[in-house]
Amino acid sequence: MFPILSVITFIPLVGALAILFVNSKNENLIRMITLATGVVDFVVSLGIYTGFDDTTHAMQFVERAPWIPSFGAEYSMGVDGISLFMVLLTTFTCVICYLATWTAVEKNVKEFNIAMLFLQTAMVGVFCALDFVLFYVFWEMMLIPMYLLIGVWGGKRRIYATVKFFVYTMAGSVLMLLAILMLYFEYHAATGVYTFDILKYHSFAMNKTLQLWLFLCFFVAFAIKVPVWPFHTWLPDAHVEAPTAGSVILAGILLKMGTYGFLRFSLPIFPDAALSAAWWISAIAIIGIIYGALVAMVQEDVKKLVAYSSVSHLGFVVLGTFAFNLRGIEGGIMQMINHGISTGALFLLVGVLYERRHTREISEYGGITRIMPKFAVVFMIVTLSSIGLPLTNGFVGEFMILLGVFEANVWYAALASTGVILGAVYMLWMFQRVMFGEVTNEKNRTLPDLNKRELAYLAPLVFLIFLLGVYPNPVIKKMEPSVRNLVNIVAKAKAGGTGVAATPAAIKSENAVAKEVALAAENATANVGKRD
Amino acid sequence: MPITIPSVDLNAVAPEITLSIFAMLSLLAAVFLKDNGRSINPWLALAGVAGASWFALCPDSPHVSFSGMYAADRFTQFFKIIFLLGTGLTILISVKYNEDENINHGEYYSLLLFSTVGMMLMAAAADMITIFLGLELLSISLYVLAGYTRNRLASNEAALKYFLLGGFAAGFLLYGMAMIYGATGHTDLAGIGKAVAHGGTNKLYLTFGAIMLLVGLGFKLAAVPFHQWTPDVYQGSPIPVTAFMSAGPKAAVLAVMIRMYAESISFMHVDWLVWISVLAVMTMTVGNVAALVQTDAKRMLAFSSISHAGYAMVGLAAATKDGISSVIIYMLVYTLMNIAAFGILALVARKNEARTKMQDFSGFARTNPVLAIAMTVLVFSLAGIPPMAGFMAKFYVFMSAMQAGLYWLVFAAVLNSAVGIYYYLRFTVYMYMKEPEEKMPPLTASPALLLAIVVSLIGVLIIGVAPAGYLELAGKALLSF
Repeated sequence: MFPILSVITFIPLVGALAILFVNSKNENLIRMITLATGVVDFVVSLGIYTGFDDTTHAMQFVERAPWIPSFGAEYSMGVDGISLFMVLLTTFTCVICYLATWTAVEKNVKEFNIAMLFLQTAMVGVFCALDFVLFYVFWEMMLIPMYLLIGVWGGKRRIYATVKFFVYTMAGSVLMLLAILMLYFEYHAATGVYTFDILKYHSFAMNKTLQLWLFLCFFVAFAIKVPVWPFHTWLPDAHVEAPTAGSVILAGILLKMGTYGFLRFSLPIFPDAALSAAWWISAIAIIGIIYGALVAMVQEDVKKLVAYSSVSHLGFVVLGTFAFNLRGIEGGIMQMINHGISTGALFLLVGVLYERRHTREISEYGGITRIMPKFAVVFMIVTLSSIGLPLTNGFVGEFMILLGVFEANVWYAALASTGVILGAVYMLWMFQRVMFGEVTNEKNRTLPDLNKRELAYLAPLVFLIFLLGVYPNPVIKKMEPSVRNLVNIVAKAKAGGTGVAATPAAIKSENAVAKEVALAAENATANVGKRD
Repeated sequence: MPITIPSVDLNAVAPEITLSIFAMLSLLAAVFLKDNGRSINPWLALAGVAGASWFALCPDSPHVSFSGMYAADRFTQFFKIIFLLGTGLTILISVKYNEDENINHGEYYSLLLFSTVGMMLMAAAADMITIFLGLELLSISLYVLAGYTRNRLASNEAALKYFLLGGFAAGFLLYGMAMIYGATGHTDLAGIGKAVAHGGTNKLYLTFGAIMLLVGLGFKLAAVPFHQWTPDVYQGSPIPVTAFMSAGPKAAVLAVMIRMYAESISFMHVDWLVWISVLAVMTMTVGNVAALVQTDAKRMLAFSSISHAGYAMVGLAAATKDGISSVIIYMLVYTLMNIAAFGILALVARKNEARTKMQDFSGFARTNPVLAIAMTVLVFSLAGIPPMAGFMAKFYVFMSAMQAGLYWLVFAAVLNSAVGIYYYLRFTVYMYMKEPEEKMPPLTASPALLLAIVVSLIGVLIIGVAPAGYLELAGKALLSF
């Protein structure tokens, strides 16, 4: 069988090695190689979308090879409906980033591109790994290039920001490592087998106290990555100082690793602990939603505003995940994809402005619509998608999450909804101050509109915003079996291991909800019907 | 009373003999050759290391020879390879340094080789006398080496401090050995073990002896609280010597500790493992916390080497098969990554080691991009970040300690490695994120240094990505226990 996941994972590394041998003065060649690598990787990764079997929740395209037999660690890769889209999001976002940094990065171009490609390998690896050790290796590997991206090509306070980023994430990671090892020996004690195979742990029953402790260790690692309030303080710093490409990758992909971690580890391995912790996790998620939105509102720096909006948006994802129902989790995954696209696009747009004016202060702008009409159109669309206007992708995700949460707890949903309103406030207010009104600053009069390259990388994002907004079904359909399986695992735990009878009814009601979603998105209901 | 003359087992000590011969050749070259053997000495020493490696790699059926004084087994073999690797790398990073500092004498290489012989004896020692012999051979060579740049005050200070304190520690060790001998009537480890197991030994003497041993060995290992000499000695010694001291001798002490534990101490009624655990925690923590506040790169690496000894002791405290083999792997990896890192530091430090501050690394990525990448890989490996070998080594140590149920110890170790990352990161911060402070003539690495770096990098990456084979070797090394 063609080892497609390994190929997707390691193509960027091959590209990075190739660049190592190119003279650093030959900057355009280096950029071309990077872009070509990214495009090839993306095209190959489409293969896992088209070849994905959406009738099963089992891992697909699985590759297994012995790695460290004495530990029981394997080189094993595979994707299911959850990681599939994370891989696609990664390969897609990376191509966009390579295009976007064509002129933005001028110093150390060679090193920059090597770091980016190395990062891509690590990111894809994280989403594909099915072995704890392999996962951890990729997870940590990712830190090095990201640390350098912020620290070398970042803004004024880049060193502070990057060290903070690194130390925060690392602190979480070592706790996770500890928990992985505990789990490993616990599993051995129970079964007599040493294995790091993640899937084996999905059906592993532990005593509840231990479960809670291990859950907490994992939770801290992922919560820092997401970041969940109150672990978020590294994020604004990192975002503001990072170069545009760094911000896009950070927001688009890295943050998703935390929420992905919840779905891949926290829920299926520690369902009891997840259930018992759900109330306070939901609470801090809601605090994050509202707090992020409120803080975003008062920012004077556009990038910081977008960064805080991420805290708010990812609060929704966490809230949806811990609603433990089909709609909530599917919505969460949708929102992960949406956030990658919309916030990625926002950072790119901010980058476009920054490249022209070298400032991100909102007060420096005003009336840009008259000067850069094309830019204004794209910016408007992206802003609306971030707010979650119907017809755009943002709506689908947020709506599904809120439906799921409503089912689980009305109050949570009510509180979280205020985040949607606040989101509209800060985004539109920012848009108004930057884009509308008179041109107050003389320096802005000569700004050139979007050029062809910029349009080239923004157009696919806009296209996806609409595509996922009006026709999310292909995505939802592919993730459904995996999510359903996850929901069942949690439901079983809730019923004390024998709750199978309770689930069909729940699934039925969720299907009805799914239809509502589709209607609300003004989508063809027929497509949703097919799913059943 | 008849005296039997032990049979001479040349096979077992072939590496030691080879090294000794080359050490003396090196001395002779310094006397008889035209340029005092300056140009040939390093290569002569390297040839000795290569020859010894060849003998060390030759498989030999495990046995104890020299009347039970010398254990020729896989365990010894594995450690010999670590020592030879360390010595080889040290020679490579010394070549240019010694030329610049005008200390490229034959004695330097000769001393390096002799101290390696000392370490090998320690790893092979099945008797307390051999342990002491090896330790003294190692220590005395190191005392001289520490003061080798004799025109530099710091170097003199290092030698003197090391000598005075080292002599004191050797006294402790000997005292401990005497106590144990007094209690059991044996100097060979196996005999001690048997005597203790048989019962009827004086418990007070034994306990006292074990503590004294621990103090003496802890000194050489630079375990906290016996580490006080380390920062000054490491900072004062010539950089290649510091590199050498930070890796091989520690491995040798650990080898001694492991064999002692396996052969005899495990039978004693002392909680040696608890003490080791306590020492491990203190060693890691003090090493790391002190390293955090250093502004001098050399001193920082010195403290970091203290903390690494602490991590290795975590594996020792586990005292299981996996624990021991994780210690072996750890020392192998540490030797690989640390010596090359010191090599790059030696280059940056320039003449008279005038520039060992962290800020002297400013802009290193701009002036020497390739070396900067190498240094980055090495420090990330030291910090324990995958896919570098440092991660795998730590992972294995933590895992085996966890298996032995030492949760609190692993927790401390994990926290420590998170702290450690902060100061290792500072290398990359300075190299990549700061501009050079003043214009300096560009640095070029000598071919020998480059070779050392390449060997380290390949080792670090291979063990990091595909450790299976090495783990298996380390596992085999324990078969003799």
